[in-house]
This record gives sequence, structure tokens and C-alpha cells, in this order.
Amino acid sequence: MIALIDYGAGNLASVRKALIAVGASPVTPERPDELESASGIVVPGVGHFAATGRIDAAWRAALRAAMARGAAVLGICVGLQWMFEGSTESPDTPGLGLFPGQCRHLSTCEGATASSALKVPHVGWNSLDVRRPSALLKGIETGDQVYFTHSYAAPLIAETVASTTYGWPFSAVVARDRVAAVQFHPEKSGDVGLRLLRNWHRAV
Amino acid sequence: MLSKRIIACLDVRDGRVVKGVTFEGLRDAGDPAALARRYNVEGIDEVVILDVTATIEGRQARLATVRAVASELFIPLCVGGGIRTEADAAALIESGADKVSLNSAALESPALITTLASRYGSQAVVVAIDAKRQDGRFAVYARSGQARTQRDAVEWAREAEARGAGEILLTSIDRDGTGQGFDLEMTACMSEACGIPVIASGGAGALEHFVDVFTTGRADAALAASMFHFQSHSVSDLKALLATRSIPVRRTRTC
Repeated sequence: MIALIDYGAGNLASVRKALIAVGASPVTPERPDELESASGIVVPGVGHFAATGRIDAAWRAALRAAMARGAAVLGICVGLQWMFEGSTESPDTPGLGLFPGQCRHLSTCEGATASSALKVPHVGWNSLDVRRPSALLKGIETGDQVYFTHSYAAPLIAETVASTTYGWPFSAVVARDRVAAVQFHPEKSGDVGLRLLRNWHRAV
Repeated sequence: MLSKRIIACLDVRDGRVVKGVTFEGLRDAGDPAALARRYNVEGIDEVVILDVTATIEGRQARLATVRAVASELFIPLCVGGGIRTEADAAALIESGADKVSLNSAALESPALITTLASRYGSQAVVVAIDAKRQDGRFAVYARSGQARTQRDAVEWAREAEARGAGEILLTSIDRDGTGQGFDLEMTACMSEACGIPVIASGGAGALEHFVDVFTTGRADAALAASMFHFQSHSVSDLKALLATRSIPVRRTRTC
């Protein structure tokens, strides 16, 4: 069973439709204990980091328990940011801390080019720079373009599988063992996005 | 590198795509879902549905149109036209729209921009501005170009941005449907004044017009309707040309 977590951050219709298109049958659990039967868990998200605060202690515990027994997890957009330690967008909202580092505003990060012309949010199709091989990116190459819409981003870390540059290079795809996350929207990224979702679903 | 986006606009009335000139004299351009399918195959980067149907029955039909178009696409879909309330926007988003485009309602109650941005995020809120050159400035019009307001387009865009808009969709009423090219000066003014992306609209008639709007006009994205609907030019030809002029565009490939 693929569980699609609904914590009120926008609507899930697009992600659900894309998961169905790659052969998954997503369900949206209403209680944390429903994650017990999930082999794959998707944490979507658009909007504000503070919304992840609704993924409360019970949900976090259920997620960690699911991961401990080998469930695959995929974070999307704010879902990726939430898997880091936190975000300057909402300093009082802790991330899950599966990956090290803080997410920061695109215009304020260290290493940002001094460019007042940088428009934020970063909206549109930008290219991936594949940094190391990953089953998640099978068939996807450096230069392939995917759809982003975000104002905050995660730093480059050892688990960064692919990066994208907008002002500065940030993590576009991170993965470790059964945990993966993408900053862009695979459900809105045409064939490249569907390919990534298909790769993920096959491995679940 | 971030690509310049090419957006196809479907102006819908009573479930059919229509297109006029300078906002008048509408003619039929086909079935929305069929057009969306074609544009997706050709490599369009985004689709906008602008539904000018005003009746209650029409609005229910609009949701069906949005669902039909959304079912064809795995790229961003923006829907606008007649959104008066938070509930109107919510119904469209639940039907598959990724973004909603506000126009007259935002002019009448600018707080709606903030309400929707708080609920769905700024990336889901596009403020559409229909502007016309008048008395040496860019005057904002409401109600599909029927009602002149006292607002200046650039000042209004900056206010919309401050209230939480994620993008500005700027349409030149003077150029709409004429095929004479985008209003480059107006677009450049807007793009320089805004910290959020500006989508240029109104006037596309030749592939070169897109080169102009992405260079001189400084647009982040450009939208066209007539030019694509009536197949005078294809999206793939347009992208091929832009690439030869070193303008970053999204390449599509099957992977």
C-alpha cells in the first residue's frame, strides 16, 4: 500500500493522479496507525513550512516505525525540506532531521550570487545536475528539466543525488537507503517526473 | 539554468475554447482537453484556462472542463476567470488546478490574494492584470477589459506582490489577439519593478515576438492563444528558434 500523507498543505489531486499513472494505488490515511500496512509513504507539500507542524508526534512516530521496518519514503517540495533539520521559514517548526542541515530562503543563502535580479519564488523548469548514480534517477540525465516552485531550499549534503542551481546550487534530489526526497514537483514535470515516480514505485 | 516558459492559454466559454481580437469578436477554437493534449505533446511548459463564463451553470461546467484538461496533463495548470471567493478558488484547485489567476476580484478585494496565498501558498496565486496604454501610463482594466480602474499596472503589481501573489500575468489589451507582438515596454517596466515572475501576454503572432519579449521585454514566461490554436506556429518550432538565439527553453524527450 502506498500512503499519501495529507497534512493540509495544498491539495493532493495532482500527486495522486501521477502516482496512479505510474501504477500505484495511493490511499490517504486518516490515522497514524494506518501507516503500519504501508510499503511506501509519500509526503507531498506546497506552501509554508509551518504547515508541516500538523504532522504531529503520533504521525512522526508512525513514520519512523514504518521506516524502521523498511517502508520507502518520498518527500516532495516542502516534504523534502521537512526531512531536513528545519527551515528559516518557520524556525519554531522542527523538521524530521533525516538529513542534516537547515533550509534557507533562496535569496539569503551563503554562496548566493549577489544578484538583485533573482526573482523568488523560483518558478519554472530548471535542469538537474546528477551528482551520483541512483536507482531513483534511472533514465534521467544531467540537463533534464523539471518543474520547481519554491522560495526555500536545502543545502548540498553527502546524500545529494542531484542538484539544481538558482542563484546558488541546492539539493534537488536527496536519497539514503529507503528515504528519498525531491525539491521539484515530479507530478508536474512531464515525462521526466513520471519516470522518477515510476522508478520510486518499482523499488517500493 | 531556469528556462523561459512558453504557456498556452485556453480562453473558454461554455466548455469551448474561443478567441477574439482585443477582447472582442470571439470565434471557436476547439475542445479544451483536445487542445491541451496537443500542446502537451508539442512540449508546452504550462497551460492556462481563462473561463469567461459568468453564470452559475457555467461555473459548474467550468469545473468539468478543468477536470478534463487536468486529466491530460502532468505539467502545471493555472485557471482563472470569475473567481470571486475563496470557495471558488478551492473548487478549482480541488478539480486539478495548480494555480488560480485572480483579476477583477483582486481589484475589488485585494485581501483575497493574501487569503489564498496563506491557504495554498504564493505559488498557487497568480494575479492577472489587463492593461491598456492611456494618458502616458498603463491603466488597469477590470471585467474582461470592460471597466477602467484608477490603478496603474506597475503599482498594482507591486501591491499584489506585497499581498502574497506568486506571479503576475500581464496582458496588453491593445495587443490582445492582434498578432502584432507583445507590448515590450510595458512588460519590461513590469518585470523590472517586480520581484516575482512576470508572464507576458497579448500580441504574439510570430516566433520572433517571443525572442523580443524574453530579451527586450525581460519576461520570465510568455503566453499565447490564437497563434497556437489556429496552428499558424507550433510550440516545438518556437522552442527550436529560441534555442538558436541562446534563450534557455525546456527540451522534452521521452525517458
